[in-house]
Amino acid sequence: MVGQITLKSHRFRTEREQSWRELEVILKAIEGRGMKSLSDAQIVALPRLYRSTLSSLSVARATSLDQGVITYLESLSARAYYILYGSQVSLGKRISTFFLRDWPLAAKALWKETAISAALTLLAAVLAFILVKNNPDWFYTFMPDAMAEGRTPAASAETLRDTLYHDGNSDGLGLFASFLFSHNSKVAMFAFALGFAFCIPTAILLLYNGFILGSFVAIFSEKELGFEVGGWLIIHGATEIFAIILAGAAGMHIGKAVAFPGELTRTESASKAGGTASLLMAGVVIMLFFAGLLEGFGRQLITNDFIRYGIGLGTLSIWGLYFYGPRRVEPESLEGKL
Amino acid sequence: MAGVISQRVVDQRKLITPEGIDLQVQLADIGARIGAYFIDQIIINVGLIIGFFVIVLGGLAAGPEIAITVFILINFFVRNFYYMFFEMGPKAATPGKRISKIRVASRTQARLTANAVFARNALREIEINLPLSFVFMGGGSVDGWIAILGMLWSGIFLFFPLFNKDRLRAGDLIAGTWVVRAPKPILANDLVSEKTELDSAYTFTPTQVEAYGVHELHVLENVIRANDQQTVIDVSDRIRNKIDWAKGMSETDLDFLKAYYAALRGRLETRLLFGVRRKDKFDKT
Repeated sequence: MVGQITLKSHRFRTEREQSWRELEVILKAIEGRGMKSLSDAQIVALPRLYRSTLSSLSVARATSLDQGVITYLESLSARAYYILYGSQVSLGKRISTFFLRDWPLAAKALWKETAISAALTLLAAVLAFILVKNNPDWFYTFMPDAMAEGRTPAASAETLRDTLYHDGNSDGLGLFASFLFSHNSKVAMFAFALGFAFCIPTAILLLYNGFILGSFVAIFSEKELGFEVGGWLIIHGATEIFAIILAGAAGMHIGKAVAFPGELTRTESASKAGGTASLLMAGVVIMLFFAGLLEGFGRQLITNDFIRYGIGLGTLSIWGLYFYGPRRVEPESLEGKL
Repeated sequence: MAGVISQRVVDQRKLITPEGIDLQVQLADIGARIGAYFIDQIIINVGLIIGFFVIVLGGLAAGPEIAITVFILINFFVRNFYYMFFEMGPKAATPGKRISKIRVASRTQARLTANAVFARNALREIEINLPLSFVFMGGGSVDGWIAILGMLWSGIFLFFPLFNKDRLRAGDLIAGTWVVRAPKPILANDLVSEKTELDSAYTFTPTQVEAYGVHELHVLENVIRANDQQTVIDVSDRIRNKIDWAKGMSETDLDFLKAYYAALRGRLETRLLFGVRRKDKFDKT
């Protein structure tokens, strides 16, 4: 009878328990204070303990009927797996690859969507411009009252000119802050987020944004202020409108993947497209910040039209070169192309 | 008994490590996720309210306008980067998720990248804030019907996790992530180790230990661990009936269950080593 007292599974457990506990201690240290808090011995032990715990799990599943041990080993192994195979790239490295490779490559990869989204914006802008030029009443259809802030066809040339060179009484920081909640950064966020619904809401948003742009320019050009409003817009708009177009492109990329998944399942296709699109969108957020700074400080301090044009076109060409300019091809991506 | 599928099996998903072992992760249930969301919202909002008073009181000297602007900026950063900051950490979970014992994980074998975390949180805006904005719109100038239609449409995103088997948010779908349970590993003591001293009093015949299968063994394990008085009495009576066991003089129900558990497990594990896994008492193998 004595032989029956200790079950094989119980012996297995008492023999291995020590190493499980050891792994548990190391995991706790990593989750609490990071990899750096480990001693050399612990770092050496970690992969060995991980593998032995995994092997314990398979042995336990095959031979033990002790539920306690199996659930314990499952959650311990999963925890160790997430740490060992989790992201271990340092923050600095991650940021530098984002700026050097990931962001511009994502923008380049989505050039078709970007072209479509730019075309939609432009089309709507031209359309609205022509309509408002012919009949100023159209302006009220396109422009929400809150956004117009008195800049309507009824306003005099002086009032309009005034709005181009004085942004009220707020200081640069205040303008920057209000920009974050402004219409345009919302449009960018939604253009990305709604693309998921088969591109349609994104396309509508881009058209709508184009209408506002076109009708806005139209009322100024009506009063012979076309050149001046161009400078006012382009100094930050080159970055901001470009950012909205890119956000639209990112949204459409996802929408396209959901609508036409090809050989993948719809879910796989969506998450595959989501990778590139969200990289680009992270870049868009940075561009919007930059545009906010330009709007808050740049436009406030610089009232000369030519310098405004210079800065606007300058930033535009910098973005263009950064995204689409030639860059050294990394060996791995070269392989992909061949 | 055979028709019952436990929640554990429904929630179970494959996660095969590079070493070739299926970790069988468990999806987080909706309740835990809603709970985590509310805890996080409470943390964010309480933090911001405290921050508001600190900044406004501290900033009075510098001028109220600057203080408010600074607060608006902080508000923006906290609201947008709270989730990203915590989910990019080693635990891949916000404080709310940690309390609910869940975490974000990649759906494939690939690691959870910062991009994925960014993507799943960028869509939070349309999933939660869009429906909310329609709710508040209803009272304003906009036509009620438009508000209701908008709410229905945006509600698709809000209730998205309820309508797919992996409980993905729209953000999870695009980011290639899902939310899984991450319980603290707690090693419960082995019930077999507790019964050594009473072993001699309980000797079961082979027929007696043949009465049940693995499923019943696990139920028995849960009964002993929970140690609810009435259940213990009921269960031990049923087992005694089934295996024709005469209750001894000084025999307590719990001791009997522990002894029978050990004997049954011993028997089933021995058969397991020979490649036979007896699922439950109806299993004739």
